[in-house]
Amino acid sequence: MSTATANKKKGGFLAGTANYLDERVGVAGILKEFGRKVFPDHWSFMLGEVALYSFLVLLLSGTFLTFFFQPSMVPVVYDGVYGPLKGAEMSIAYSSTLDISFEVRGGLLMRQVHHWSALLFVAAAGLHMLRVFFTGAFRKPREINWVVGFVLFILGMAGGFTGYSLPDDLLSGNGLRIIDGMIKGIPFIGAYTSSLLFGGEFPGEAIVGRLYSLHIMLIPALILVFVAVHLFMVVIHKHTHYSGPGRRDDNVVGYPLMPVYVAKAGGFFFIVFGVIMLVAATFTINPVWSYGGYDPSPVSAGTQPDWYIGWLDGALRLAPTHLEFMVGNNTLSMNILLPMIVGIGFLVVVALYPFIEAWVTGDKREHHVLDRPRNAPTRTAIGAAGVTFYAVLWAGASTDLIATQFKMSLNQVLTSIQILLIIGPILAYIITKRTCLSLQRKDREIVLHGRESGRIIRMPNGEYVEVHEPMNEYDLYKLVDFKSYQPMLARPNDKGVITIRSRIRAKLSSFFFEERVQPVTATELEAAHDHKEIH
Amino acid sequence: MFKRKLNNSRRNPLTAILVIAAGLIVAGGGYAGATAAVSHSTAGAYTADQVTEGSKLFLANCATCHGKNAEGANYGPSLIGVGAASVDFQVGTGRMPGQASGPQLMKKPVQFTAEQTEALAAYVASLAPGPAVPDEKWTSTTGNTTRGGELFRINCAMCHNAVGAGGALTEGKFAPMLKGVEAKHIYEAMVTGPQNMPVFNDANLTPKDKQDIITYLKYVEANPSAGGEELGSLGPVAEGLFLWLFVLGGIVAITIWLGAKSN
Amino acid sequence: MSSKGKDLVVAQEGEHEYATGLAVVAPDAIKDPGLEPHRVRMTDKSEKHAKNAERQVTAMFLASIVGSAFALWAYFAFPLSESDLGTVRSNTLFLGLGITLGLFGIGIGAVHWAKTLMPDAEVSEARHQTRGSEETRARAIEIIDLANQESGFSRRKLIRRTLYGALAFFPLPGIILFADLGPNPADSLKHTMWRKGTRLTRDPYGTPIKATDVTLGSVFHVIPEGLNESDHKLEEKAKAAVLLVRVEPEILKESDERKGWSYDGIVAYSKICTHVGCPVALYEQHTHHLLCPCHQSTFDLTNACAVVFGPASRPLPQLPITVDAEGYLVAQSDFNEPVGPSFWERKA
Repeated sequence: MSTATANKKKGGFLAGTANYLDERVGVAGILKEFGRKVFPDHWSFMLGEVALYSFLVLLLSGTFLTFFFQPSMVPVVYDGVYGPLKGAEMSIAYSSTLDISFEVRGGLLMRQVHHWSALLFVAAAGLHMLRVFFTGAFRKPREINWVVGFVLFILGMAGGFTGYSLPDDLLSGNGLRIIDGMIKGIPFIGAYTSSLLFGGEFPGEAIVGRLYSLHIMLIPALILVFVAVHLFMVVIHKHTHYSGPGRRDDNVVGYPLMPVYVAKAGGFFFIVFGVIMLVAATFTINPVWSYGGYDPSPVSAGTQPDWYIGWLDGALRLAPTHLEFMVGNNTLSMNILLPMIVGIGFLVVVALYPFIEAWVTGDKREHHVLDRPRNAPTRTAIGAAGVTFYAVLWAGASTDLIATQFKMSLNQVLTSIQILLIIGPILAYIITKRTCLSLQRKDREIVLHGRESGRIIRMPNGEYVEVHEPMNEYDLYKLVDFKSYQPMLARPNDKGVITIRSRIRAKLSSFFFEERVQPVTATELEAAHDHKEIH
Repeated sequence: MFKRKLNNSRRNPLTAILVIAAGLIVAGGGYAGATAAVSHSTAGAYTADQVTEGSKLFLANCATCHGKNAEGANYGPSLIGVGAASVDFQVGTGRMPGQASGPQLMKKPVQFTAEQTEALAAYVASLAPGPAVPDEKWTSTTGNTTRGGELFRINCAMCHNAVGAGGALTEGKFAPMLKGVEAKHIYEAMVTGPQNMPVFNDANLTPKDKQDIITYLKYVEANPSAGGEELGSLGPVAEGLFLWLFVLGGIVAITIWLGAKSN
Repeated sequence: MSSKGKDLVVAQEGEHEYATGLAVVAPDAIKDPGLEPHRVRMTDKSEKHAKNAERQVTAMFLASIVGSAFALWAYFAFPLSESDLGTVRSNTLFLGLGITLGLFGIGIGAVHWAKTLMPDAEVSEARHQTRGSEETRARAIEIIDLANQESGFSRRKLIRRTLYGALAFFPLPGIILFADLGPNPADSLKHTMWRKGTRLTRDPYGTPIKATDVTLGSVFHVIPEGLNESDHKLEEKAKAAVLLVRVEPEILKESDERKGWSYDGIVAYSKICTHVGCPVALYEQHTHHLLCPCHQSTFDLTNACAVVFGPASRPLPQLPITVDAEGYLVAQSDFNEPVGPSFWERKA
């Protein structure tokens, strides 16, 4: 026997398996490359993981549901255990959903796990996007990953929408009715598209089956592909990290993948799953039995889509009255097209933001150290304005609930939100920008003069002063290590012409960087110390 | 042969009167039975004492707004023809006597005892025929929940929400929550159409239909959701708010714990 | 834009120096003091604390086992009963709580293990520029050039152009395959089930309605007679659903064209919202307003259901009605315009 095989026998089962795999797949090389990869540790970096884990929970719970759900719209008379629907006519899809809820042990639990994790998936993805935005993590080399993430967000919305329409209940059916109405309003192709989608007149008997194919096959497949690309890029770029002592653009500081990250991130999966399971076991979500099967005649007060479609429903509600016009012999439904344009426009701006900012700054370096939001005041203010815009649209979808819960007039609530849609983002921008600049100035103060310690001493000449504690060099470095930019003037090019492009860029750079607070330099710090100020 | 029999009749002359009387009873009773479906299911007549008591209570508490003879005045519409059902509903749920002005009458603590309410109802019922307080037969929960649910969703859910959690109307008005409302008050509201609620007369929703709806509502009330806490039965908005505040909020709190250094 | 001055971090050997654009690169920036000294945890210093932490982690993993076992037991211990919905609640709750404990135990245990017992000293790993080194890029360009030469891609214009054409065309049959997803809508949006003489019946059971049934302040939800026997019940209902209301005839503002469309103050309007198609089902008896619950479009019944609030634009179409010989309400004809949401081909 050679020494190699002798050693193998000594190692036992694990060693044998490792050897088997290495000889066929090269796991040793993989372990060597990735086993001690360093990941920085900050709670805000885990939001993407929450989305990823919710997606895994969706796959698991969804697979269970596919074994019981039947996506057919053929009408059937319900003969199950839920009393108030016994004898009622409904689609097989709705009937099978009732069966899952009331006649399969764990069926209702899995339905609720599935729906709660769908809501969580999009929320976590959205919060993750906000973190990436406000810390500037979308800058080079991660612009493409931003777009990939954006696509994932849209796919999440699509997955959710196709999913909650599957039970063919009154609430989601009215949602489909609204979608159909919107599609019909599209010029030229509207009526045809509606007929293609529904297989004829609304509601038809095709839509649930078609949404089912999208929901269990196409959309999860696309999400998996894009998630793979998303994570692959995190691996090749390595994760970003916040500024601080020892953290630069040419290194990454954190903990090694094995064992710390495997334990923390792996444990976190179980925690997220546990939270979803806890909520699903104790809180009702989407009680389809209360709504009844879809019928074009009844409707419930408080008909809203799931939260992540809310902003689009709000856009529809906020459209002003009488926005429909005749163009020759044809009807142009601006009351539907305007919300669509606003919605798509918003998404386009979100998707393209990294490229806009990169063009303005002209900074082609790689950025791996994150910005604190206050250190990029204009970007943060734009983000705040965007969040406000989204949130106001979202609030617009609950006007009737706001009116009943807070005893206000429905009409006044709507008009107020319409006004807020314009004023809100502007106010949010102004307030946020001012706040960021002030916080930056405060940081400078602390760096130059130390923190107020609360100790008052009396000088020999009678003056009372408060002692300031200087910061230790590590905390101080966190406050001074950020990138600062200055605006440019529009300059003539080689041919002596100031191009429009250059003018626009100059104007934008002024908008972004005219008001700025630069980080404290060593010279300034020296000067402050030389003054021997203790206040 | 028929003619001859009549001519040679040995029947008692009173027979004709009896036959006519029988015919009248059949016709009249048949008509009453038929119109019962369209008018109202009576719950019994009121005594003269009740009417008198009721008129006294009315003068003291209602006449200021509704006029001395309930003919209507500044703030209150005419009550002639609204029937005992209206009074039993409005007074029995505390909506009347009306207090603050606003888009809609609000439910308040009930101000009168059951006897007083009945007396007021007797008085108003005496003014002109109108919907009566429903017979207990129609407010018991022995109806059909399936029919009730179907009818509720078509006729009621758009204002009151699919399980009666309430909903918004225009200009500050609202359709109230139906949980905890007495069965007879639900019936009376349907048949009288208080404020901006439409009238669901017995030709639109028969007493049996109404009973089915009441049965459905009481079933929903007695059977909380099998999925757990219902978040007010308000649907996706409540679910979304709960998710962002508590679920995502809780998870963020956990991530902060996770990322923090151990001491 | 040329790069002004050096970057804070000197580009490493062989790494590309990128333009800094509008960045202010201060030569006297405060220097990086390096990684903070590692702060030792209690579990690193004290054996007792470490053992404690180990016990805590073990306890959590044990709790997980208990939770999963409980879930297995609960699945059977809380059977579902046909007559009692509460059994569904119990089964859901306890099964779910058991699984939750099973999951939390592992998760919190693993995280606690990492935080307290695994090394928490931060380490630094070098990043290299994403861009390939000059040699790598040169080699990459060489490969592409070689591929170009060997295939003659740039040189052979005809091949290249016809290839583009072929690639542009081949997906088109794939797209046209979807044309049979649905029929041409043709005139389907322009007509409903209503005809002259069709009786108005109650939704959902289809019983006909007499004019005398409709009292002041009433609202009836209406479907055409024969709808329940139709092969396309829901599709017809989605166009033919109607609201029937009675008001005092004097308050109705009727155009000359529509004077004969109501019957003694009884009017019938399409229930399908002209915004995006939800049922406009809320009727306010005193204001005579119809409110759609989806986006709050409000229609004034006394004024031919013109829009008074909300995002709708078009009034609800009116169904002309009258009574037949037996006193039942019937339609005089179909609507005079398409019902429901607008579409491009809809004329004024």
